Amino acid sequence: MSATTSDTVSRRSAGATGDLVFAWLCKGAGLLVLLLLGGIIITLFLGGLPAFREFGLGFLFSTEWNPVEGRERYGAAVAVSGTIFSSLLAIAFAVPLAFGIAFYLTELAPQWLRRPVGIAIELLAAVPSIIFGMWGLFVLVPFVQQKIQFTIGMELATIPLIGVIFDSNNYAGTSIFAAALVIAIMIIPFIAATMRDVFEQVPAVYKESAYGLGATRWEVVRNVVLPYTRVSVVGGIMLGLGRALGETMAVTFVIGNANRMAGSIFDATTTIASVVAMEFPESLAGSLKQSSLFALGFILFVISFIVLAVSRWLLHSRMKG
Amino acid sequence: MSTTTMTFTRTPAEEATARAMSRRRRVMDQIIRLFCIGATLVGLFFLASILFTLLVKGLPRLDLITFTREFQPTTYGDDTAPLGGLLHAILGTLVQSGMGVLIGVPIGILVGTYLSEYAKGTALGNAVRFVSDVLLSAPSVLVGLFVYQLVVLPTGGFSAIAGSIALAILVIPVVVRTTEDMLQLLPNTLREAVIGLGAPKWKMITLVAYRAALSGIVTGVLLAFARIAGETAPLLLTSFGNNVVSWNLGNAMGSLPIAIYQQANSGFPDLIAVAWTGALIVTLGVLAINITARLFLARRK
Repeated sequence: MSATTSDTVSRRSAGATGDLVFAWLCKGAGLLVLLLLGGIIITLFLGGLPAFREFGLGFLFSTEWNPVEGRERYGAAVAVSGTIFSSLLAIAFAVPLAFGIAFYLTELAPQWLRRPVGIAIELLAAVPSIIFGMWGLFVLVPFVQQKIQFTIGMELATIPLIGVIFDSNNYAGTSIFAAALVIAIMIIPFIAATMRDVFEQVPAVYKESAYGLGATRWEVVRNVVLPYTRVSVVGGIMLGLGRALGETMAVTFVIGNANRMAGSIFDATTTIASVVAMEFPESLAGSLKQSSLFALGFILFVISFIVLAVSRWLLHSRMKG
Repeated sequence: MSTTTMTFTRTPAEEATARAMSRRRRVMDQIIRLFCIGATLVGLFFLASILFTLLVKGLPRLDLITFTREFQPTTYGDDTAPLGGLLHAILGTLVQSGMGVLIGVPIGILVGTYLSEYAKGTALGNAVRFVSDVLLSAPSVLVGLFVYQLVVLPTGGFSAIAGSIALAILVIPVVVRTTEDMLQLLPNTLREAVIGLGAPKWKMITLVAYRAALSGIVTGVLLAFARIAGETAPLLLTSFGNNVVSWNLGNAMGSLPIAIYQQANSGFPDLIAVAWTGALIVTLGVLAINITARLFLARRK
């Protein structure tokens, strides 16, 4: 009798130890994730510290990128503005298309078509970045060059005042415009999926009452669905922006990788992620150049962290659960 | 729909205005409808165009040589030179992605478990969830920079280990997401029943909850593998690439994305053809895994 009792007790205490160990394992793994984020921020900052020290705040505003020994000068301005402009342009291309796809998948498409089309769009998100890069370089860039820059672009360039945006003496086709197009195609699935998910959360009663009043589908979306999901839709767009900012390989293939400020959307320029991927493998450990690349990485991390955090916050405030 | 049933009378002018407005609304609706169909077709067109391009340019070199030989220099100008293959890259991708999954999945599952079973509603839990979600979309090239500082510099060189660690970091948030989502779908009555039988919580989680959520967890693992198999930028800074088959985890190791990157930019038509074949292999592999993962989840539902 007493043997069974002590047996139970020891088994229960074994369970308690197991519980404690497992709970701490889980918690430790959770803390590891926090540590990862902290570690990334700190290593990038420390890596970039020599460059920040050398150039000070001027690093942010200098357009120089001169690796010649003895005259080394590095600045982030070209890469930072290239990153921001290519991403914003990509968002401008992607948002209307993503909205169209989400609207089609939630309201317009026949029931049997929704799943396969939805999956096909999601598969677009699964295609690796480098594949977009290759396809962009060999298919999209020639198309942009021949069918857009040399025809429509040249026409637009003759318009006074805004013409300069389209006027470029870069005829290679690799340009900020091509990069924005490729990024747009890559982020469409993410924005469309978020929009579709939040559109589906609109209570059917709301939509039905609007339909009952005689509203058309567009009116229902514009006056019921969009106001109801506004915050989450912006969150989805910010998510797309966050992805666009850090896009690396695809951009590297099509942006031209020139350390020049782009005055026109058909100019070649570069982005932070692209500079790092292109130049880091050939930079010497401990060199000022490598430090400058770390500093660029730190700037990119800060920008995308803010954008992704805002996106998360917006999506969470409505889509809780 | 139209204004034929009226409780009051309208002048003919008002009638005409009402009809015009209703026509305008319907035309607007049609325009938007066509735009949305067009947008969807454009999206599908891009996927089709990518797959079509890959097939047209990748199929010519999808032969035995590609799967059995290592990299060879271009045969341009010398037809007798041996053709190169992608064996080193395929093996390198399998090894590094496999190790990335092996390291990242257990951590990801534990974090997902922590979020769903231990830290619901706590400040620490919310912080972990938030950070994991940010890491899910954070630029992968920065993870490469991080691992370069953390592993490559202290160990003195590029290595497959460093590459695997970088990939593991990318695996974790994917697995966290799916694990937490799947565990949350389990009914609480299941947990209560197991606890009520006297089982400790950790046994409830490992023996019952994991089993019940298995299909979702497997889906997460498959998706994570598919994601890292095509990653290029982090590997460029960690395992760097190698032109021959290497089994030494302490040395630089090739991978498909990097072989594609280098050969696509080589400028030689025969190397670019091999790059396209590599691209075809990666894409078909990644898409096949994605579809499998979906089927796995759908069958369960």
